[in-house]
Amino acid sequence: MNTNRFSVNKQQSDIDTGRRSFLKVTAAGTAGLTLGISLSTSAQAQAAATSVADTALEYNAFVSITPENVVRIYIKHLEMGQGVYTGLATCVAEELDADWQQVVCEHAPVDTAKYANLLMGQQGTGGSTAMANSFMQLRRAGAAAKAMLVNAAAQRWQVPADEISVHEGVVSHGAHRATFGELAVDAARQTPPAADTLVLKTPDQFRLIGSETTLRKDTGKQDGTAIYTQDVQLPGMLTAVVAHAPRFGARVRSFDASAALARKGVRQVFEIDTGIAVVADDYWSATKGRELLQIEWDDSSAETRSSATLLEQYRSLVETEGAVAEQHGNAVGTLADASDKLELVFEFPYLAHAQMEPVNCVAQVSGHSAELWYGCQSATGDQSAVAQLLGIRPQDVRINTVFAGGGFGRRANPKADYVLETVRIARQLPDTPVKLVWSREDDMQGGFYRPAYAHKLSAALNDQGRPSAFQARIAGQSIMAGTSMAAMMVNNGIDNTSVEGLTEFSYDVPERQVELHTTDVGIPVQWWRSVGNTHTAFSKEVFIDALARKAGVDPVEYRLSLLTSNPRETAVLKLAAEKAGWGTRELPAGWGRGVAVHTSFGSTVAEIAEVSVEGNKFKVERVVAAIDCGIAVNPDVVRAQVEGAIAYGLSAALQDELTLTDGVVDQSNFHNYQVLRMNAMPVVETHILPSTNAPSGVGEPGTPPIAPAVANALADATRQRLTRLPLRLA
Amino acid sequence: MPYTLTINGQQHELDVDGDMPLLWAVRDHLHFTGTKFGCGMAQCGACTLHIDGVATRSCVLPVADAVGKAITTIEGLATPAAKAVQSAWVELQVPQCGYCQSGQVMSAAALLEQNNAPTDADIDAAMSGNICRCGTYPRIKAGIKMAASQVRNAGGAA
Repeated sequence: MNTNRFSVNKQQSDIDTGRRSFLKVTAAGTAGLTLGISLSTSAQAQAAATSVADTALEYNAFVSITPENVVRIYIKHLEMGQGVYTGLATCVAEELDADWQQVVCEHAPVDTAKYANLLMGQQGTGGSTAMANSFMQLRRAGAAAKAMLVNAAAQRWQVPADEISVHEGVVSHGAHRATFGELAVDAARQTPPAADTLVLKTPDQFRLIGSETTLRKDTGKQDGTAIYTQDVQLPGMLTAVVAHAPRFGARVRSFDASAALARKGVRQVFEIDTGIAVVADDYWSATKGRELLQIEWDDSSAETRSSATLLEQYRSLVETEGAVAEQHGNAVGTLADASDKLELVFEFPYLAHAQMEPVNCVAQVSGHSAELWYGCQSATGDQSAVAQLLGIRPQDVRINTVFAGGGFGRRANPKADYVLETVRIARQLPDTPVKLVWSREDDMQGGFYRPAYAHKLSAALNDQGRPSAFQARIAGQSIMAGTSMAAMMVNNGIDNTSVEGLTEFSYDVPERQVELHTTDVGIPVQWWRSVGNTHTAFSKEVFIDALARKAGVDPVEYRLSLLTSNPRETAVLKLAAEKAGWGTRELPAGWGRGVAVHTSFGSTVAEIAEVSVEGNKFKVERVVAAIDCGIAVNPDVVRAQVEGAIAYGLSAALQDELTLTDGVVDQSNFHNYQVLRMNAMPVVETHILPSTNAPSGVGEPGTPPIAPAVANALADATRQRLTRLPLRLA
Repeated sequence: MPYTLTINGQQHELDVDGDMPLLWAVRDHLHFTGTKFGCGMAQCGACTLHIDGVATRSCVLPVADAVGKAITTIEGLATPAAKAVQSAWVELQVPQCGYCQSGQVMSAAALLEQNNAPTDADIDAAMSGNICRCGTYPRIKAGIKMAASQVRNAGGAA
């Protein structure tokens, strides 16, 4: 999901929003303070819970402390590997001065009033905003809880509160000493402090923020005890699979379920909006039952075009004028008159997310309420969609969030596709929990892909080889059109996610124009880790590299000369170049080196790739990355995200490609949709630019630069300028 | 029909079709959910468990073929090499989403039982059947080397 439009310079107002929201939260906390409340009693939460008593005392929406000395932190964002449990808990624990060992995390319930993403206005995870929107809010929550502990100790010991110190979970004054747990009950009775009385730490006082030794809180992943949707077990639960049409937009004309129903373990077969549902005692019976279905599909409203046909059309479209997304000066006129120009056409395939845990969800519909268990990413959106489908109130849709086995964009579906599919099945079996499982084939052929695009980039060059005018034309589907977010993200027919990265161009070119052809295609599309930047960073950075080579200037020097008004990209690029030994490190014969720098989701990342080439085969040997993401709350998580973002983007650079023939997806599983494996993974070094600025995104910004860095390295090694992904040497 | 499976040293009776993949017997019927479903065609390795000590993709192994064999799931990992792998995973903070990691740990543990000084090429060969979409490969590789060193220092495995 993309909220790039909320740029970093709005950080202060976001913090103000956070403050207002926090005041509301603490006020609600006062009214609702209850002793001995039981939290998250759902079966799976209990299964996943650590062995703490359910006597947590809520200090505010984010913090509870048990008499057993456990600090429980409620995480309003989905943990899908990006490290939100760790990062967000760090913010709370820092200001609370908790001992990291006593901290446990739990996904917050869906409750938009308490847990909205302050950059989105609704509860949800995406756009690499988890830390950016939470940093101040959660620090205040920690500081408020600490004040309550201190006040309780002051009363108990009859000493002034400002003489009390708190360190690693211990409150002390002179000879007095108490753990958080020993103060928990008294502290919970304290009035939460007013927001304007909270004193937050200065960066030099940070003990956990920036620490290299705080271990992740999403534990149980090395021993199989972590619970994902696929692992949710509920009494009487049935498993459902759905037979979807081979073509998007097709409908069921008729079906015969008799053989499927005769299969052992199959309970029910019925038609739903999206196909034929088979409900069985277990997954194996459900899939065997599905194989026995006889279905005739009505393709009259289906998308029947091939992806190759679409891309051919896109290549023609980018030769024609599109809707203007951004205009500075008269780039078109300057280009028409230019004596020296460069033009390149780029092509990008559809991409599947191929997250390791295929799409799934558990739901139970009972009377006028519903309960769900899954890796819920678009919390408010999913809750509203379920409520609307069932004709019930959103607050009667209870969502229990569990770990997600990867997301990369797929789980935040603006149409709540798989969530509603689950509820459509579960409503037919009242009071029965139903787990919907998509097979890998269902997942890969089920749509919601990164759209295919074509770009044409043109530049007019002055006599020093510097661009005086720049034009980009983009053709492809809109991710936002037709979704509830269209009003926010589509302006004057321009879907910002189609052009972001080429608009707000970071290089100093006086005249610029970005144009868009939004195509109407019946293939469901969605954001894919870093959204528009997946393609715009590629064309931008390959194009700049081509301009540098044409000018005969070193690609790093050329970029720096066009970034004089962009100190942030300059600093990050210089750091990466220095660490990679750009211009100093000798490469073995047959190797090439390439660079790319890009800013997305508020963070800037530069990557330098080294490739070895043999004939038309190549291997990416080493990648050096530098990132400016503001304060690195957990540097190891930041490095892990950059490593992972590079791997994800490299997979697409090397091999990911989803194609359709006559509307049917050609790939079905990992044998014919090849993704990056260990043998193709380069050595990755990540360097974090020291910063005292507010934190910005880290989940996505590492992905955009890798494909252009590799393409530029191949150009360095072979002089072949590749402009199509995945990269193939001639 | 009823089958008896020996899982983590204990015998389990279950009445399922003999062609049901061991993965689903273990997950849906015996509730050992540490072993994951990723692809159903032995392409991704998320379902890896040990059959008589050999890393095996349980999503394509029929229950009938697992009878009489010693099956170890992630829940039953106990050898020093396996424990070294799991400690290294924590020490190096390997997992991200973690969904593939049971399979990664099972493949890594099986590798170290055979080879306590694996080279990069040995690791690539043993681990390239396990996909991680979060891209934890560099940490997996480092984790295996750390665990191998622990195993060697303790004088264990091959």
